[in-house]
Amino acid sequence: MHKKLFLAPAVIAVAALLAGCSGGGSTAGGDGEPVTITYGIWAGTQTPAMQEIAAAFEKENPNIKVKVVESPWPEFWSTLQTGAAGGTAPDAFWMLAQQIRPYAEGGQLLDISDAIESEGVDLSNYPQAVLDLYDQGDGKIYGLPKDVDTNAVWFNKALFDAAGVEYPADDWTWEDFRSTAKALTDADAGVYGVAAPIDYQSGYYNTIFQAGGQVISDDGKTSLIDSPEAQAGIKFWTDLQADGSSPTLQQLSDTEAETMFEQGKVAMYMSGAYWALKIYDNKEISADVDIAPLPTGKKQATVSSGITNVGYIGTKHPEETKKFLLFASGEEAAKIQAKNGAVLPAFKGTEATWMAAMPEFANLQVFVDALEYSVPLPVQGNAAEWQGLQAEYLTGAWTGEESVADATKKYAAAIDEVLAG
Amino acid sequence: MTASTLRAERRLRRSALGGRTDWWALAMIAPAFIGLIALYLVPFGTTFVKSFMDVPVFGPGEFNGVDNYAKLLSDDDFWRALGNTALYTFFVLLGIPLAIVFASLIHQVSRGQALYRVLFFLPVVTLPVAVGMVWRFILNGDFGLLNYVLSLVGIPGQYWVADDRFTIYAFAVVGIWMGLGVNLIILGAGLQGISPDLYEAASLDGAGRVKQFFSITLPLLSPSIFFVTVLTTISAFQMFDLVFIMLGSVNNTALQGSQTIVYLFYEAAFVQFKQGYAATIAIVLLVVIMAVTAIQFRLQKKWVTYD
Repeated sequence: MHKKLFLAPAVIAVAALLAGCSGGGSTAGGDGEPVTITYGIWAGTQTPAMQEIAAAFEKENPNIKVKVVESPWPEFWSTLQTGAAGGTAPDAFWMLAQQIRPYAEGGQLLDISDAIESEGVDLSNYPQAVLDLYDQGDGKIYGLPKDVDTNAVWFNKALFDAAGVEYPADDWTWEDFRSTAKALTDADAGVYGVAAPIDYQSGYYNTIFQAGGQVISDDGKTSLIDSPEAQAGIKFWTDLQADGSSPTLQQLSDTEAETMFEQGKVAMYMSGAYWALKIYDNKEISADVDIAPLPTGKKQATVSSGITNVGYIGTKHPEETKKFLLFASGEEAAKIQAKNGAVLPAFKGTEATWMAAMPEFANLQVFVDALEYSVPLPVQGNAAEWQGLQAEYLTGAWTGEESVADATKKYAAAIDEVLAG
Repeated sequence: MTASTLRAERRLRRSALGGRTDWWALAMIAPAFIGLIALYLVPFGTTFVKSFMDVPVFGPGEFNGVDNYAKLLSDDDFWRALGNTALYTFFVLLGIPLAIVFASLIHQVSRGQALYRVLFFLPVVTLPVAVGMVWRFILNGDFGLLNYVLSLVGIPGQYWVADDRFTIYAFAVVGIWMGLGVNLIILGAGLQGISPDLYEAASLDGAGRVKQFFSITLPLLSPSIFFVTVLTTISAFQMFDLVFIMLGSVNNTALQGSQTIVYLFYEAAFVQFKQGYAATIAIVLLVVIMAVTAIQFRLQKKWVTYD
């Protein structure tokens, strides 16, 4: 009796193990048989729009079910990596330009160029800068962008009014930006003119390009972050820190810049269009928020990127997945994203719908106009790795313990090492 | 019967018996054993092999001898992470005397022992992510509860989780708090195993509470104390979640100076896509933990009482 009782869990465990091993083969989707594909995204304000896109696709394709799977931001990448290596990655998922390289090189992504051709997709509907970002130079197309982002300055009108400072003009300069930030700062009240974290995409890359510099050389082999122009672009930020116009890096580590902006502790926050919906939904502050273009250095510039929908090479349903990928980056999906205000869609001609979704933000057009002077986000090599080194090398420049020249020289050497890789 | 036939018969009986039970025994341990092989031994084997290879994130790698080990040992980040991890482990071990005191106090409570155990155990069954988030709020430099309380008594606040001079201590406090529950349960069970007669006899001999604690409780509890010490050390050396959650983002200025070994492993494997190097970190950590545990077992002969 006792023996049998002990054995029961053992038998169950063995059965479960065997079942686990044989589970893989049972989902072959034949003709007319409904199949399910998964769509991996990271959690955020876009989830409702993605679910709506999945539903719209299911309506058009009754035989294909789409399951949206969301995971928190940092886990998204580690799960995707292990999932791709282990054969369990989602069939379709979001990809970022700074992450795509290892996946493409490792042969983990579905080439959808045949589907693009057979469906007659017109690539001119998508911003060329974003398409270029994902071009791996291997003649394949791994996906089409679902959205595009540019940067602008989010600002809090109430804090400007309280300090008696004029709102930014469309043609403001770096000097204007710096003096405005200084004038807005009231350290005793815990209010800062600007948030100046070490942030590449919504921060110093923009000013590096505005100063006429580059982050990486055109051939993608060396870093130019220690060039005089790039150093000027970084000094833009270290000056703001030196002026005391920004919370310190420690404060910004404890409370992220975007949160500080929403809390009304920071008057200006340079960042992307992707915050629009989150800030808009925060009714405590949204009425006070407005948008200005980035200040102009030697020239106008903003880095631009976008999320691309890609497919997993290991999918059991490649045709269905390709179909969904084209849909999810297509016009109808773009309109769904726009209508929800989720994000600025990449598909041309849907910008107005996005702006109309948030009528109280009168100046969202700034983000659309910025596309004209946008440059592709620098993502050469294993970009996630060398970008991840920024805090290690640049913190000293931000805190003033090291000169911008020294810090960027060391950082450039470290980037070169990664690029040589 | 001669002695030799007796021996032969005994041997025969033993092997017959052994033959029968062996099958049962094998069947019974099979699930655990298969699990052990599939989930521990095979991954361990591949990790060990990979530690001598340069492995890209996808596809096979190539052997590069002891390059990874040479690189690791000359990597400043590794030594700093090892130092951080050792420091963290040292402070978390200070939680054990605390657990002994709490366990004895709870043991003396006549009613509601279970309630106290549950209260102390709650952090153990709470999601580490939630724990990390709450502590992050408490330790926030500008709006945190701790700095507010400190300000009431005139102590200047600090950026506990954004300044690498303090982060390890912040981790340790949370680590102690999270581990207290498990230690209390183990030590509590140990206390219950001590016969009340001993205390009675001791008090008849005129030994006070404190004397009883040091002369009866501590020696008789020492096997349990040894056990929690070994467990705590191992888990402290593997600490990752607190760095990951409490420091929040890769842009945290304290991150560079607060990395633990497993965090270094995570970064190598999932950010830098260097799986071979990550495997090397894992193997070195294993060696370190084995060495520390071996030392503990060597030392226990001096202070642990078994009887």
